[in-house]
Amino acid sequence: MNEMKQKMAYHPILLGGIALIAGAMLVFVDAGTRGPIADRQAEDLRASLTQVVPASSYDNNLLEDTVVLHYPLDYADHVAGITFYRARLSGKVVAAAFEVIGMGYSGAIRIMMGVRSDGSIMAVRVIAHAETPGLGDKIEKAKSDWITHFAAMSLEKLTQQQWAVKKDGGEFDQFSGATITPRAVVRAVHKGLTYFNAHRAEILATEASHG
Amino acid sequence: MADYRQIMRDGIWDNNVVMAQMLALCPLLAVTSTATNGLGMGLATLAVLLTSNFVISALRNIISNEVRIPVFILLIATIVTLVDLTMNAFLHDLHKVLGLFIPLIVTNCAILARAESFASKQSVVPAVVDGLMMGLGFTLVLVVLGGVREIIGSGTLFANASPLLGESFSFLDMRLLDDYRGFLLMVLPSGGFLALGFLLAAKSWLDHRKADLAKAAVRAAEIAAINAASEEAISEDESQRNGEKP
Repeated sequence: MNEMKQKMAYHPILLGGIALIAGAMLVFVDAGTRGPIADRQAEDLRASLTQVVPASSYDNNLLEDTVVLHYPLDYADHVAGITFYRARLSGKVVAAAFEVIGMGYSGAIRIMMGVRSDGSIMAVRVIAHAETPGLGDKIEKAKSDWITHFAAMSLEKLTQQQWAVKKDGGEFDQFSGATITPRAVVRAVHKGLTYFNAHRAEILATEASHG
Repeated sequence: MADYRQIMRDGIWDNNVVMAQMLALCPLLAVTSTATNGLGMGLATLAVLLTSNFVISALRNIISNEVRIPVFILLIATIVTLVDLTMNAFLHDLHKVLGLFIPLIVTNCAILARAESFASKQSVVPAVVDGLMMGLGFTLVLVVLGGVREIIGSGTLFANASPLLGESFSFLDMRLLDDYRGFLLMVLPSGGFLALGFLLAAKSWLDHRKADLAKAAVRAAEIAAINAASEEAISEDESQRNGEKP
């Protein structure tokens, strides 16, 4: 009987002990890698921001001059909001960069767009997607120059109808065999631009949320 | 005493994770669109397999039979998370490519299978060798499959190898076919199934050929023995006949 009890107690103690050791190791490694991971992610963000707002066009630290808006936009939840990174040249905001998300053929397409303070697009780049290789991936700058056609576009320049792929009567090419992907990108960029215009004063004028 | 030659043969060829045990096909088909991705995933799996075999073998005497499965899963999940965090911090470019697939190593049944069927019954050194060899066998298949799919699918080999292996390995990055328009099917998962099918057929053919050659050698030896025996009998016969007619 006593032996039985000892045996019964052994399993939970073993399992608990191993869980404790595993947990301790995770805490230790997490503490050790949190800093480097944050650094790497900041580098990634800076790299994607530089693609849409050329480094020569501003003289402040983009990453620290941010404003977060909490107005709803399809995909963005109210709590996290949308972060605008503002580029200033001698104190004046010349452009803002922010991320929009389009729903493509196979999930979210993360798009970084840079918009000048007058509401015209500086550049648009896709930073992450899971579209079909060889078909939908022409939205990448490395694969095709399609994404560069957004440059200098604005809500004034193109009408509501023109903000669409050619198949839908708009201005932007689709790819042969892939319409859903470019359609999603065009729609997301248009929504982002509309959002920017609706809240332009707030984006450009508000004091930085931090830093 | 453990037979290391046999462990090596098993891991790389005879009992290969993919080609013989047919395990871990999900990560295999998902990442092998290029040889570089295959190599990265293979090395990450190798690291996890090696560590998990080592830890589980070292703890095999205190792990009781009744709770062994939860303990194995807990240990494997911890090791994978550690690898994930470490890669994210120090091999960030590779992590961006493989990030999605690394947590999936937890569910890679090959690792639990090795823990259950080998590491929990063997002492530390054979378990580590087994982990290494099984991992190498898996990496080999990933690289071969990735290479085949990359060459046929996009005409390159080891594209973007430098973020994984460092600048000194950029010579591996080859464009084999100029102006190749790509063969989309091979890049898609269905191409992975096709390529894997051919790979399995090739292994099966090689194994059968080897078995046939061995069988043929045995038969040749038998026939030679029979021939030798009958020749002897004939010559004896002749000598007897010669003896009858002096």
